[in-house]
Amino acid sequence: MTNPILENVEFDDDGFMIDPNAWTAEIGEAIAAREELPLTDRHWVVINFARQEFDANDEAPTLRRITKTTDVDTKELYKLFPGGPAKKAAMVAGLGKPTGCI
Amino acid sequence: MTEKSNGNRKLCIITSKGSLDMAYIPLILANSARMTGIDVELFFTFWGLDVITKKKMGGLNVATVGNPSMHPWFHIPTLLGAIPGMSAAASWMMRQEIDKLDFPPVPEFVQLVIDSGANVYGCKMSMDMMKLTKDDLVDEAEVLGAMEFMELSEGAQLLLV
Repeated sequence: MTNPILENVEFDDDGFMIDPNAWTAEIGEAIAAREELPLTDRHWVVINFARQEFDANDEAPTLRRITKTTDVDTKELYKLFPGGPAKKAAMVAGLGKPTGCI
Repeated sequence: MTEKSNGNRKLCIITSKGSLDMAYIPLILANSARMTGIDVELFFTFWGLDVITKKKMGGLNVATVGNPSMHPWFHIPTLLGAIPGMSAAASWMMRQEIDKLDFPPVPEFVQLVIDSGANVYGCKMSMDMMKLTKDDLVDEAEVLGAMEFMELSEGAQLLLV
């Protein structure tokens, strides 16, 4: 069952949003629900930071930048986004699949 | 232990070299794998043990003798590479470049991959040979025989660095 919010959103084959600028917090919630990832305030610290970085640099932040800049450390980041934080955090934040290796 | 992926892809990396450049290969691969939800087991053997040995990991160097690939910084002919201080200078330069890319220094990078849920093992035989004990390794490392590592790596993708 797809959330009606997601019906008008375009995704690539891996489930990443094609147009990051079309993202809203509601879409983020709906993607997280699709990924069976209940969001907490701590998830939003990461998601909001990723969005903020994207707005400023047109690029998703690296995980290292997230853990260096926010108070979410590596261990917590992996707990928040099981199945690979680089992929999952970017996906929920409506950003493309990350290409960096740090 | 950090929560692992549900998928069953697993990467095992055997690290046998302890120079600064060779240390980054397994660490970068392990980190990339964990970031995308792949399980990782890291086995350190022979000189690779330096990478997870507390007293050594912060001071790894680049070899300037018998290393034909010193670019992009500069090429050091083997004879000049033997001059005292040459390896230290090359290592210093490489650390600068690594820092520019925002890659952490080796000790911090090892902690990063451990925090990301990669398991780290020291090779028992090599440790006996080098008179190392579990206490010499980073706290999270376990000591493992090669046979046990074979069991652990069953079905995994295996890499030798």
